[in-house]
Amino acid sequence: MNVQAIREQFPILHQNVNGHPLVYLDSAASSQKPRSVIDAVSRFYEHDNANVHRGVHTLGSRATDAYEGAREKTAKFLNAASPQEIIFTRGTTTALNLVASSYARAVCGEGDEIVITQMEHHSNLIPWQQAAKATGATLKYIPLQKDGSIRLADVEATVTDRTKLVSVMYVSNVLGVVNPIKEITAIAHKHGAKMVVDGAQSTPHMKVDVRDLDCDFYAFSGHKMCAPTGIGALYGKKALLEAMEPVEFGGEMIDHVDLYDSTWKELPWKFEGGTPIIAGAVGLGAAIDFLNEIGLDEIERHEHKLAAYAYDRLSTIEGISIFGPVENRAGLVTFNLNDVHPHDVATVLDTKGIAIRAGHHCCQPLMRYLNVSSTARASFYLYNTEEDVDRLIDGLHQTKEFFGYGIG
Amino acid sequence: MELDDLYRRVIMDHYKNPRNRGTLDDEALTINLNNPTCGDRITLQLQVEGGVVKQAKFTGEGCSISMSSASMMTEAVKGKTTEEALALAEKFSSLVKGETAEFDELEDIEALSGVTKFPARIKCATLSWNALRKGIELQQQQ
Repeated sequence: MNVQAIREQFPILHQNVNGHPLVYLDSAASSQKPRSVIDAVSRFYEHDNANVHRGVHTLGSRATDAYEGAREKTAKFLNAASPQEIIFTRGTTTALNLVASSYARAVCGEGDEIVITQMEHHSNLIPWQQAAKATGATLKYIPLQKDGSIRLADVEATVTDRTKLVSVMYVSNVLGVVNPIKEITAIAHKHGAKMVVDGAQSTPHMKVDVRDLDCDFYAFSGHKMCAPTGIGALYGKKALLEAMEPVEFGGEMIDHVDLYDSTWKELPWKFEGGTPIIAGAVGLGAAIDFLNEIGLDEIERHEHKLAAYAYDRLSTIEGISIFGPVENRAGLVTFNLNDVHPHDVATVLDTKGIAIRAGHHCCQPLMRYLNVSSTARASFYLYNTEEDVDRLIDGLHQTKEFFGYGIG
Repeated sequence: MELDDLYRRVIMDHYKNPRNRGTLDDEALTINLNNPTCGDRITLQLQVEGGVVKQAKFTGEGCSISMSSASMMTEAVKGKTTEEALALAEKFSSLVKGETAEFDELEDIEALSGVTKFPARIKCATLSWNALRKGIELQQQQ
């Protein structure tokens, strides 16, 4: 993988920030966009823009083809059985909310269980809290190990025949841990529960095969994988999606409308009320082409190597705590420097042109589990290099120096 | 953008040696406030008698800016009437927006004017002052 050639395709990376060449280590929050994606969106607006599924005119057909073409690409990307199983959404949050609002509320009742973990992002936690409250179901947590990983024995012990849904993130946005989704899915299915996967942090970085995982639902966001913001998708097994009620009603999603009753379009459109995010979907399609060309396996290898390099170099800094497991970690490292608050770390690094994330990462329950109020996180993507890690390490040494001796 | 603009000596002094860190008894007016986007949180306690802030103490967790600001704020409002305290909060708000650079009541606070150059950190500086406003509003409703 030629990282320099890849970097050339990301216009935003070639700038100075606060007088230093930008080092972007916040791709887990949102990735940067390659030229091909930016151009695909511009080209769509310049040549093909119109509403979809309505117009008889040529632009309407082109826009529909572009939009539905993106759906086909997305289906192939996840190895879904059919494009009908791909619902375009605003992102992971909307996709998970769709399952919680429609499926969970229909199948859960008093005494039933929804099982999640304490490492979940708020968007894979609050929708289930709300669904549990609304249906009388119990929300249960698979306990975590000290390093934040999950043991299958604990999954076995938590999931019961009363469990209707298990929802777990594939890759943790804080710990970097890669969860054994296939195995968890098998346990869920053994008890007749459906498996939901939050794929926000996995889809951009590794090959995902929803049929191999055998999960029932899979949610992800485009903006973390080189696509524009505002587009993402929910994959669901066809039979489940067919049985589900829409949660948004209006234009685009209807079959027949009467004064007092209406019927819905077939899949996937019954879940896509209103004019969809057409240009966003086109951008997502271009991002998928871009990632496929490089190869997800290559990208994953590159990021794991960088994360391991970062982990090793960070470990040499005195007074640093690194969170998450040592082995089997995805391309991010979450850490804290003793006696320097993560915001202060992030501000100092920013003055050196280095962008990292500081805060609770939308994981307040996990922060409590780790017994910290916030952490700093450096996350990597296909355009990051070992030099970026070196700049981070230098920046952290300078931060320590500044807070230790710089001002006294 | 220089770091020294933000992290002045006096700020680090308040951060490392916070004034009025601690708790008052249960009867004191207690305000819990957090910053949901970053996780900083403060518990501010005020003892108000006859319309005057007799005591102000805080506990909490946060960055150097939010904690030093809380330390300075509690110093500044002690002995002030609630109206004066609210006026100070207004003035602080002007300071971090860059509308004024002076803070005669407690010169240390002027050091926080550096946050104007770091827009992402303004909310850190204002956390404790927002708790103060909230507390006085609560007290006035009682």
